[in-house]
Order: sequence, then C-alpha cells, then structure tokens
Amino acid sequence: MATSAFKHRDVKDQPGFGAMAIICLLVLYVPILILMIWSFNSGSLVTHWEGVSLQWYGVALQNEDFHNAAKNTLIISITATLVSTTFATMAAIGMTRVKAWRGMGASFMVINLPLMVPEIITAVATLSFFALLAGKLDLNFGIGNIIIAHTVFCIPFAYMPIRARLEDMDLTLENAAADLYATPWNAFRRVTFPLMIPGILSGLALAFIVSFDDFTITQLIAGPGQTTLPLYIWNQIRRPMTPEINAISTILLLVSILFVSVSFLIARRRSK
Amino acid sequence: MAAGQTAIEAKGVTKQFGAGPDAVKALDNVSVSIRENEFFTLLGPSGCGKTTLLRLIAGFDFPTEGEILLYGQDIAPLPPFKRPVNTVFQSYALFPHMTVAQNIGFGLEMLGKPRSEIDARVTQMLQLVRMEELRNRRTSQISGGQQQRVALARALAPAPKVLLLDEPLSALDAKLRKDMQIELKRLQHETGITFIFVTHDQEEALTMSDRIAVMSKGNILQVGSPRDIYDRPSERFVANFIGETNFLAGEMAGVSGGEASVKLTGGSVITAGIPEGLKPSGKVTIVVRPEHADLVQGETPADLRGVLENVVYFGTDTHYYVKLDGSPEPFIIRQQNTRGGGQGFARGDKVGIALEAHSAQVLRD
Amino acid sequence: MAKALSKAEQVARAMEGQQMTRNRWLSMPAVLFITVFGIGPLILMFIYSFLVAAPYGGVVWKFTTDAYVYFLFQADIFDGTLQFAPDFLIIYFRSFVFALITTGVCLVLGFPTAYFMATRPPSQRNWWVLLITIPFWSNLLVRTLAIMFIIRDQGLLNGFLIWIGVIDKPITLLYTDFAIVLGLLYSYLPFMVLPLYSSLEKFDFRLVEAGFDLYATRRRVLWRIIIPIARPGIIAGCLLVFIPALGAYVTPLILGGGKHLMIGDLIAQQFGSGRNWPLGSAQAFILMAAVLVALYFYVRNTSGKVTHGH
Repeated sequence: MATSAFKHRDVKDQPGFGAMAIICLLVLYVPILILMIWSFNSGSLVTHWEGVSLQWYGVALQNEDFHNAAKNTLIISITATLVSTTFATMAAIGMTRVKAWRGMGASFMVINLPLMVPEIITAVATLSFFALLAGKLDLNFGIGNIIIAHTVFCIPFAYMPIRARLEDMDLTLENAAADLYATPWNAFRRVTFPLMIPGILSGLALAFIVSFDDFTITQLIAGPGQTTLPLYIWNQIRRPMTPEINAISTILLLVSILFVSVSFLIARRRSK
Repeated sequence: MAAGQTAIEAKGVTKQFGAGPDAVKALDNVSVSIRENEFFTLLGPSGCGKTTLLRLIAGFDFPTEGEILLYGQDIAPLPPFKRPVNTVFQSYALFPHMTVAQNIGFGLEMLGKPRSEIDARVTQMLQLVRMEELRNRRTSQISGGQQQRVALARALAPAPKVLLLDEPLSALDAKLRKDMQIELKRLQHETGITFIFVTHDQEEALTMSDRIAVMSKGNILQVGSPRDIYDRPSERFVANFIGETNFLAGEMAGVSGGEASVKLTGGSVITAGIPEGLKPSGKVTIVVRPEHADLVQGETPADLRGVLENVVYFGTDTHYYVKLDGSPEPFIIRQQNTRGGGQGFARGDKVGIALEAHSAQVLRD
Repeated sequence: MAKALSKAEQVARAMEGQQMTRNRWLSMPAVLFITVFGIGPLILMFIYSFLVAAPYGGVVWKFTTDAYVYFLFQADIFDGTLQFAPDFLIIYFRSFVFALITTGVCLVLGFPTAYFMATRPPSQRNWWVLLITIPFWSNLLVRTLAIMFIIRDQGLLNGFLIWIGVIDKPITLLYTDFAIVLGLLYSYLPFMVLPLYSSLEKFDFRLVEAGFDLYATRRRVLWRIIIPIARPGIIAGCLLVFIPALGAYVTPLILGGGKHLMIGDLIAQQFGSGRNWPLGSAQAFILMAAVLVALYFYVRNTSGKVTHGH
C-alpha cells in the first residue's frame, strides 16, 4: 500500500495537505470576492441581486462625506508614512552601521514595542494621553493627534524591511568604497543608500498600508470631523446598508492589494 | 631579483582583537618589507594572520602596535580612503547598482578627476583586462571570471602604489584559476605595480610570486623566493606546509663555508644549509625533499639504509616509501619515471638512500 | 607593563568615535518618539488605573485601588458591602477560550497549508506567499464585513444550506459566539501560515528521506521529524494568532453585535459609554499582563532553539 503511494509521489508530499492548502485559500478569498461582487449590484439592497452596474461606485465617489474621509485618510497616512519611514531609516542605520553601544538592545525593544502591545490597549492609552494633554496643557493637535498615533505604530513596520536590507548588505561593499577613496559620506551617498532603497520602498509601502487601514486606534482617538475611510465604513454599517459600502470596501481592498504586491515584488527582486 | 626600493614596510606590527583574557593576537610583532614592483605573497593556513595584515595595509583595521610605512611614510593612522592603496576583494565586492564602467571609474570619480579623464582611463582599463565589449553591462549580468577582471580593473584604475589581493582566485574553478594566474602575472608586469597577494594555496604562491612570506599563528616564519622557500625551508612548519618532505635527526659535526656537517643517526655525514642567523649545535633536525634523494641497491654505499615498504606509481613519477632503521616515519623518495625510475625495486627489498649533495637543510627547531 | 595605545590605534579610535559612534544618534528620533507617544501613554494608563473615575469620563487625581477591586467585586446597592461579581472574569475567560479555539483551528488549517507551500518548487512558492500575504495586510474591518455578508440570515452560507436541503429556514449565525470565533479564525489565519511557512521553508527535506530510509511512514515522518523541528515556527505562529485574538476588538464589535463581548470591547466600553477610565485602564493592564506571560513563554521556548538547514 505504502509502496504504491511512493511510486507516484514526491517523498516530501503528505496526503491531504494540498487539499487543505486549497481550502485555506478559498476560506481567505471567497468572502472578499463575494463582498467585491456585490459592489456591482445594480439594486439598492445588499440582499437581493438585480444586475451588474457600476452605479454604487458613482454614488460613493460623489458622496461628500466619502471625499472628506478620503482626504483625511490620505493626509494622515501620507504624513505618518513619511515621518515614520524617515525615523525608521535613520534608526536602522543607527543600529546596524555602528559600534555596539549600551542601550542598543533597549532601543531595539522600544522600536518594536508597538508590535507587541494589543491594539486596543494602545488605543485607550493614546486616548488617555491626548485627553490629558488637552485637559491639563490645553494642547490639541487636531488631526495631528491621529498622525502622531499612527506614526508610533508605523515606525516598527517601516523599520523591519529597512533593517533587514542593511543586515543583508555585504559590508565589503562599503569597505570597497572606502578603499576607492570615498569619504564616509560619499560611501553612504553612492553605495549604502542606493542599495537601501528597496528596503526603504518596502518600508514606505508597509507603513502606508497599516496607517491607511487602521480602525481601532483611529476610532478611539478621532474627534468630530476627523473621519477616515475605515471610520466612514463603520458609520455606514450601522445604517441600513446599500452596495455603496461594498464599493468603498472594494476600493480599500484594492489599495491594500496594490501596496502589498508592490512591496512584495520589490522584496522579491532584491533577493535575486 | 633586483633589490628595488621598499614600497611597504611593516615594523613590529601587532594586532590584538578583544581585550583582557579573551584577547586574541592575530599578528604578533610582525616585521616585513616589500619591494617596489614585486609580486609578494602572504601564504599560510586560515587564521594565520595573512588577511589581517592585508587589512591593516588597506586601512580596514588599525594596528594595536607598530608602524606600517608606505615609501617611508607611516600610513597606519590613515583611513582607507586616504591611502594610495587599492584592494581586490575575495568576494570581488562589485557595486551591484552600477555598470562595469561605473565600477571601474568609481575610484577616480571619488578622487575628483574630470569626466573625460575618467572615461579615457576606464577604456584603457577595460582594454587591459580585455573586457571592452562589457562596458555597460550590470555586474550581475557577467560571469564570475569576468567579475574578477572587473574587480582587478577597478582596483588598478586609480593607479595605486600598491595593489592588495585577498585570495582573489578562490571562488574560481580550477581551469579559470590557472588562466587568471597567468593573467595576474601579466597585469603585474604591464602595470609595474607592487602586488601583495594573499593565499592559502601553496602551488598558487609558488607559481606566481617573486617572494613569499609564510605565516603561521600571527607570525612570519620565513621570507624568500619560491625556490628558497621550497628547497631551503627554515622551519618545520614551512617544510610541512609546502609540499611533501622528509625529516631526519642528526648531530652537528661542524660548520664550514656556511654549511653544516651533520652526522646522521645511521652514521653517514652529510652537508646541509643553515638558515640565516642560526648557530646550530648538538642535536638537529634536517629536512630533505623527496626529489633530492635517490634509491640505490642495498649493497651500494649510501647515506641511509632501510627496507622498501611501498611503491606508488603516479604517472610522471613514482613514490617510494622506505622504512628506515630506527625511525618510525617512512622516508619518501620521488623519482621521475623518464629517468628510469619506477623499475628495478620491489616491496621488501633492502635498499640504500643517497642524498643529493647540498640538498639538505638544517631546521630552526 | 601598561602599554600605551599605538598612535594608529588612538587615531582609529578617534575616527570610530566620529563615525561609528555618531551613527547611534540616528536611532534617537525613533526611540524618543515611541518613548513619548507610545510608552508614555502606557505609563499614564497605569497611573490612571489607580485613580478615581470622573463622572463624565476622565479621572480625578486621587489614589485608589478601586479599579482593581471592582474588577472582581461589586458594591451592594443598599449596604455598600463588596460581593464577588465574576462578570468581568467571565468575559476574560470567554476571550481566552475563543483565542485558544482560534489558535487551535488556525494551526490545524495552517500547518498543512504552510507545509504544502514549502514543498512547492521555488517559482510557485512566491505566488503562494503573495496570496497569503495579501489578506495578512488587508483591512481587518473590511474582511470582517465580508464574513458578516456570508453568515447573515440572507447570506451565502444560509442560502447554500437551504439549497442543498440541510435546513429549510435560515439559522441565525450572526451575533453569536460562533460568528466571533469564525471571524477571528478568518482574520488571523494568515498570521499562522506565514511564520510556519518561513520555518518550514528552511527545513532540510533530506531528513525526510533519511526518515523513510529508516522505515518510517509518511505520517510518522511528519510527527517524529518535521513537527519537532518546526516547533519554533509553530510557537511563533500560535502566539501571533493568540495575542491579537485575545485582545480582539473589531471582530466581536461587528460579529458579536455588542452583546457577545470580548476583552477588547469591554475595555473600549469603559472609555466610552461606561465612563470609567480607571476601570478600563485596570482591565487593559490585566490583558497586558496576560500578553507578557505569553511573550515570556515564547522567549523561553525559542531562546535555546536549534538552527537547522544550510
């Protein structure tokens, strides 16, 4: 019995595992696909299919609330992405191109801390923090509050691929630059930095996705008029639903897919 | 060998890694001087300190003690980008985001040379390493051997006073390695630049070098021409590291004309060279290369006597293993087959060994 | 004899002092930013958990341990005596059970998937990784919404079950415990597959051949060779699912319909309609402690791990 199985299979194969992998993919994708398909429903109910149409995309894109949410989202995520990636890039250099220093381990932990704390805890803690600032010091940065909160958890996401890139880089290349008369600044400008770019792009993409998609933290700290796209969807769910929500969800999903794929392709190209 | 001007001189260089009880001395009070236009090889097993010495000359590390002089000027405190010395790295370290031409021109660009001069020099270098047609290729699109040539051209382009080569051939296959050995010799000859070459491959060192320094455990044991090193090793380690060899015990019988008379355990007296500065006395060890000994019939007068233990045929030559009277190690003799070797003797024969005159060497034990 | 440093070494150290030491300051913006805006709030919340709740949200700066007391007890309305009230504990326990079930099912589904991915030819592997990575980074709210579409009364699942005749009228799935666990499972499945894959990818499959050579069957090779070696990846995957599932907020919020709570919603509630920030802070810290225990377990289990492969 076992022998006949051996004849036809690679030794590595485990029976049934392939089927399980397919089931996993179906589990992951079928709900998303159904959500997307319903965004093309021409009827106004999310329960009854009437025909194919793009009308709900039109409704969504003409909605002023959607415009405001999209604008807020872009302001927040682009700012948070740029600031966090800059900080993360500097930190990655400061922790790989350096003589080991006291406090380096602790700094590494600090940078990765936002990844370990459950999001809801970060959310309520940040809420308390900004409430205190507003109450005691009369400090309120408006949408800046959200940007600050996003920057905190974007830093480790941007940091990971940049640091990995610097660690994979052959240090001999930097030695070779110095050997060929490049001053430390020139060696950085002409060799280290250009080779870091794929890592930085990956970092930018990941920071953007996590900021763009954030719901929990934003929901707790956002004030009136600071609705982002995920918050907008949340507000829609609590009303009678129309396929407009599917259309907006589809747009959000496509943005995520785009950025993940870009980041993934960059990472794949660099590993070649 | 013309005694040229000294290009690089290391004076009492020590390099220690770590501190306290964990400290490791990678180089221990090393002094050596390397002449202008010389192909100088640092030879030794891994961990002997050869690469450390090279890195100190390049400026990637700094000596704990001692000086490194380049044409009389101490360069040890200078960072690498201020030293007129270039390196060919073991991994080549070509910049992957630049073309072949950009790689070769990098050093000149960093020196602030005008574009036209850089372009001309790059063209000249590409011709030198015979790679003109690959000028605008990415370094990832060329073969290992071609990358090797680009690395050479890149290091030679700024016309360094000294070129350092860190096991540059180790990643190539045997055939390509042979070609590159010849190529390197040609480049050294054409450019007239001093080459300092690091390798653990004794054959490579013997073929290419003007002079060789054999290193072990952070020390330079012997410096000399390939022939010196091979025929007249001054230390047991050198003799062992380079080629097969025979060690014989003996007693000093006197010194005349710079050569020692050594009385072997078997009774015969032979002459042997003396390493520089050594005043041997009492019991000594001498070394004889397998090709400097002849096998003779048992009855003929001979320096050593024993029983033929094994005969191994090697195509061009034959190796005889002789069990000497009163010695556990077999004595090895290598005879060219063209000269009638490989015939007339059989295992178990009682044989004599005649040593070639002046072929033995006293070791600095 | 105390040796003075050589001149070269002195200069070299001075240079390192300039370049290689100067670089450390580059870490400071990130570290300071997270310290002030990430760790600062956590410390503040710890302080809040020992303060008195203000009537309309926020705190009164007066020390008390009430928040931790009321985590377990309730004051009697009439005489003010404390009575054991396990309501919060029950929610913590529920969350713990939900997270455990989620982790278990994710492992059962994820391990074969990761193994299958790791045994594909390299060119196919990349596509598999991308397919798992996309949901990993996709909007959690939207993905939860997608599950809601499937399991509501008129959703695909009920429709399918009626069509094949298993049931004749829709069963209520939405706003149940089942819905929450299904949502958690769906949300965190990629978090299990990816770490498992990266540990199996490095696996030296010649060991499998060695196992067969020594008369093991396929399943025995799996249990006796592959799974023990993949243990660090399995532990990492389980934690990556367990920790966020334990603190889940969005999933129970949408799929539990506000009635079936988990810790995350409980905490958020204290900062919202509950208007008891100190109690919310205390609850958050109890959750944080549970997470730290889990992380400690992880560090202890992986610090002595054996590396394998090439």
